[in-house]
Amino acid sequence: MKITLKTFFALFTIAILSSFTFFGGGHGYHIGDVATDFELENIDGKTVSLSDFKAAKGFIVIFTCNTCPYAVAYEDRIEALNKKYADQGYPVVAIMPNNTDVKPGDNMEAMKARAKAKGFTFPYLMDEGQKIYPQYGATKTPHVYILQKTNKGNIVKYIGAIDDNYQDASAVNTTYVEDAVDALLSGKEIKETQTRAIGCSIKV
Amino acid sequence: MKYVAIFVLLSLFSCKDEKNDAVKEINQAQSTAFTLDIYDFNGLEKFLSTTDDKTYVINFWATWCAPCVKELPYFEKLNKAYANEVEVILVSLDFPSKYESKLKPYIEKNNLQSKVVALNDVDSNTWIPKVDESWTGAIPATIIFNKNERKFYEKSFNYDELETEVKQFLK
Repeated sequence: MKITLKTFFALFTIAILSSFTFFGGGHGYHIGDVATDFELENIDGKTVSLSDFKAAKGFIVIFTCNTCPYAVAYEDRIEALNKKYADQGYPVVAIMPNNTDVKPGDNMEAMKARAKAKGFTFPYLMDEGQKIYPQYGATKTPHVYILQKTNKGNIVKYIGAIDDNYQDASAVNTTYVEDAVDALLSGKEIKETQTRAIGCSIKV
Repeated sequence: MKYVAIFVLLSLFSCKDEKNDAVKEINQAQSTAFTLDIYDFNGLEKFLSTTDDKTYVINFWATWCAPCVKELPYFEKLNKAYANEVEVILVSLDFPSKYESKLKPYIEKNNLQSKVVALNDVDSNTWIPKVDESWTGAIPATIIFNKNERKFYEKSFNYDELETEVKQFLK
């Protein structure tokens, strides 16, 4: 096969454009966007989708992992969120976004072990192939997206941190996620729709 | 030659004094070997801008952050290679409970020559946007600035990338 210069440039252009598309798509969701559903493997071997939760009013989607100290600091608080809000229609759905070749401590076996040790009652899903977190625009663990189920789909209502003290749960002043879900449950405006916290960069 | 040496020594000391005056630490972790300067964000802010002629490279890291630890030698190398024009400051986000058990041993073991300070301020939602509006909060993160310009990077560096960026500031 003879590759002409023209063909070469055509291929080159396609390569450049597609790489831009890839990076351009990495910015993720803003408040008000419709969040994608997914079908990811849970620690019990079954797959989980948001559409499985027929009775849910929305979701607390949390990108988290085993190996990040910030994520670990929030484990009990994530479990507490699920205990408090799953029955009210806002279950926690945790997704582990790291590349497990880079972070073997986040592989499925490790996720199972951690969930068992901590008694997680929420789904803890593997972002197999790392396809979901870039769509959401998660950059770190833990990184929270609160979604509200509507006719148009699951709308992003909050992006950010769980609360304002990663070091000490007893010294928290503002419970961002609880405040946001409480507002959604009572039909009120969410005061802070976006917050920031330090976290571990998602490992690619 | 002797006079030159004395002059260099004196100028070093005078620089040091200025720096110390400018630095007001909120706390110091005790250690037999050395003290670690610990700041809240208000205390740290003085390191995040300058009026002098140097270029500053501020790297946010932690001992538990694998990509941070991987790139740390590049910052050390840069600090050494451009000692006259560039100052690297490594801002550790290690948890306070790990200052003695992890951070200080790490600094000693790796013989870090760049200035290391610890940032202990839980209200990250307030201070992250003050570092840079675009920062989502993931580490490693780096700011490079001089008195004229400033750039923020929420990414990992290799040495060539880091040197290339810094050179833009040295023109």
